[in-house]
Amino acid sequence: MAPELIDPERVKQELLQAYPAKVGRKRAGQMVVNRKDTPGESPEIVANVRTTPGIITQRGCCYAGCKGVVLGPTRDIVNITHGPIGCGFYSWLTRRNQTRPPTPESENFMTYCFSTDMQEDQIVFGGEKKLQQAIQEAYDLFHPKAIGIFSTCPVGLIGDDVHAVATEMREKLGINIFGFSCEGYRGVSQSAGHHIANNQLFKHVIGRNNEPAPGRFRIGMLGEYNIGGDAFVIEELLDRCGITLTATFSGNSTIDNFERAHTADLNCVMCHRSINYVADMIQKKYGVPWIKVNFIGAEATAKSLRRIAAYFEDAELSERVEKVIAEEMERVLKAQAECQPRCQGKLAMLFVGGSRAHHYQLLFTELGMRTVAAGYEFAHRDDYEGRQVLPKIKIDADSRNIEELHVEADPEHFRPRVNEERWKSLAESDMELNDYAGMMTDMEEKTLVIDDISHHEMERLLEIYRPAVFCAGIKEKYAVQKFGIPCKQLHSYDYGGPYAAFEGAINFYYEIDRMVNAQVWSFIQPPWDKHAGPTLEAAFVKP
Amino acid sequence: MRKVAIYGKGGIGKSTTTQNTVAALTEMGKKVMVVGCDPKADSTRLLLGGLAQKTVLDTLREEGEDVDLDDIRRPGFGDCMCTESGGPEPGVGCAGRGIITSINLLEQLGAYSPDQNLDYVFYDVLGDVVCGGFAMPIRDGKAEEIYIVCSGEMMAMYAANNICKGIVKFAEAGVVRLGGLICNSRKVDNEREMIEEFARKLGTQMIHFLPRDNDVQRAEINKKTVIDWNPECAQADEYRTLARNIDQNQMFVIPTPLSIRDLESLILEYGLVAA
Repeated sequence: MAPELIDPERVKQELLQAYPAKVGRKRAGQMVVNRKDTPGESPEIVANVRTTPGIITQRGCCYAGCKGVVLGPTRDIVNITHGPIGCGFYSWLTRRNQTRPPTPESENFMTYCFSTDMQEDQIVFGGEKKLQQAIQEAYDLFHPKAIGIFSTCPVGLIGDDVHAVATEMREKLGINIFGFSCEGYRGVSQSAGHHIANNQLFKHVIGRNNEPAPGRFRIGMLGEYNIGGDAFVIEELLDRCGITLTATFSGNSTIDNFERAHTADLNCVMCHRSINYVADMIQKKYGVPWIKVNFIGAEATAKSLRRIAAYFEDAELSERVEKVIAEEMERVLKAQAECQPRCQGKLAMLFVGGSRAHHYQLLFTELGMRTVAAGYEFAHRDDYEGRQVLPKIKIDADSRNIEELHVEADPEHFRPRVNEERWKSLAESDMELNDYAGMMTDMEEKTLVIDDISHHEMERLLEIYRPAVFCAGIKEKYAVQKFGIPCKQLHSYDYGGPYAAFEGAINFYYEIDRMVNAQVWSFIQPPWDKHAGPTLEAAFVKP
Repeated sequence: MRKVAIYGKGGIGKSTTTQNTVAALTEMGKKVMVVGCDPKADSTRLLLGGLAQKTVLDTLREEGEDVDLDDIRRPGFGDCMCTESGGPEPGVGCAGRGIITSINLLEQLGAYSPDQNLDYVFYDVLGDVVCGGFAMPIRDGKAEEIYIVCSGEMMAMYAANNICKGIVKFAEAGVVRLGGLICNSRKVDNEREMIEEFARKLGTQMIHFLPRDNDVQRAEINKKTVIDWNPECAQADEYRTLARNIDQNQMFVIPTPLSIRDLESLILEYGLVAA
């Protein structure tokens, strides 16, 4: 590490001090000082465990993970929330997933919020009839290709059978209708909802259309949700390289693409946590391998493109990829040269998502900034330590509560895309074939890794390190900024972006440069601290 | 106004006992309201002479917000007032929530207000205390005294002991107390002695021992309480005694539920004496 920072072990003890002994012990396991002494091995972290009641957590619910994250960005499925109105309303486009229908007349239901608006009457007498009516009404109004039904907490409590309703209405209307038992209380975080979404997509959607997309190099993009238009720049980039995007889960996606996702020759996984189940199941059933990619950060984007090109072993493709990288890097380096001197050495912290806290560190590195602490909201150990820990992860009761699909090779449609020998050589390469090395391998020695960070821990970190920027979500944003520290939202991008690929990297450099160098932060007096810092005085005068 | 809830194992005779007791109370000149808390809505059949009543929840669904007390309440035998909470068909929705909704509505409509001049309100509650909804009548001071109908059969005693656990939970935080056990005899050996001892161990009393009598069934077939059907018969007097005992009851306790082991040894002890 460059200039010596405070000993992270001391910081950890400081963060734990406020907790009762039992809570402290649990949190201590979720707080790790990174070590890199053993190559290929990261220190063990406790993750994907219940949040202790009383702690202010960043986490969301199972329903949010299923409806909000995985299915929400899809424009031509009518997503009906079966529940009281709040769940549907507050999960409506709040992550600002963008989409771009090909024509103004094309279907786009993301601008609508569909809910059964469950009332006391449905709680007492059951809500299946109202759900049927809602499906019928949505069908009559929009004639969509597909309808998804998302269960909120009361649905599970009163035992409404959304799957039976889906089957009945599917037969009646002749379109694809599927339900999700993603009641908010299931699992320990939104992660359970991702898994449930993956399962149902695999059971009811993927594999329904065996017609491959035209193109020589067909890939699927998994775990890219088109926040701030990220998918648009990635799509454009792939297009320029001559790579065909068969399906995206699920930024700027359509159900037609989902249905033929298994016809790709390679799947590229961005957000490992939310979509690795689909990647694995497609591999097992149809023989499509997956690799880990990351289009956040210019270097990472170049690396990901090279991985795709290397997989296809095509000289012409490699040449085109290199040409595009060279062209783009020229612009990128120019922007870097401008912003880096002003950002160099500043500190960043990221507490977000199940992959974002990892991916965005690479952008900060490109700016010369140091990530001193990072963590995920809802990740599992493999997202931190890498998939080699999978056999060692203890399956607890909360995880067992989520269905694990048993998948076998499809007798008709299983087609291994690479032979055994090639598989072996790919697995030995640095391609992360069917693998993810995890966040910790990319973090510096002696940085802090904190799972499911609490509000208290966040505040102490801000006080101890005074980072130049803190990356999280809307729940943290204003508390952080009252400290006089800018907070960049990485769930919604604060209505900025795109930040993906080369173009996005440039946007991010300028955005961070602007944020960390703005003088305005020094004028903020925390409302809880009446004696600190300079104050800005002003008086209202009549013009 | 005394607020009474009747609990007990399913099929033990809660509704029959409640209605016959209410009939006896009205004979004593008491003004009584019965609130059936069973989705089947059969808690007032004998008092009304049939299942003709529209339930609170059905009315609420059909009338929407504009519900009158008279829409959901009907006079029955001896000018008692009868209401049925109602609820969903078996296997759908949430009956417990239905009971909460319905009792709240009755309150808001003033069913219990002083101008109704009620001496008693009886809640007849389905089966065991299965969830929060079915515990509603003993929460927030809605019912203040509880009688558990039981018999000398083992499962009935298990259920009674379990209900006592529920009562403890709410008694400690509120006003609800156990008034006693009503033994609805199944002609089990040593039944009276066993239930008396069981009651003593629970810290309460057996408030009455109702002998088994086919006149109860005969009256039921005629959709009547025993007192209505044949006021002269012996069983009618038994219900009068029960009603009087309840009316004069002074013993209201927080019960002391037995451990399963103690309960089993109690049953074993009395059962073995017989054997």
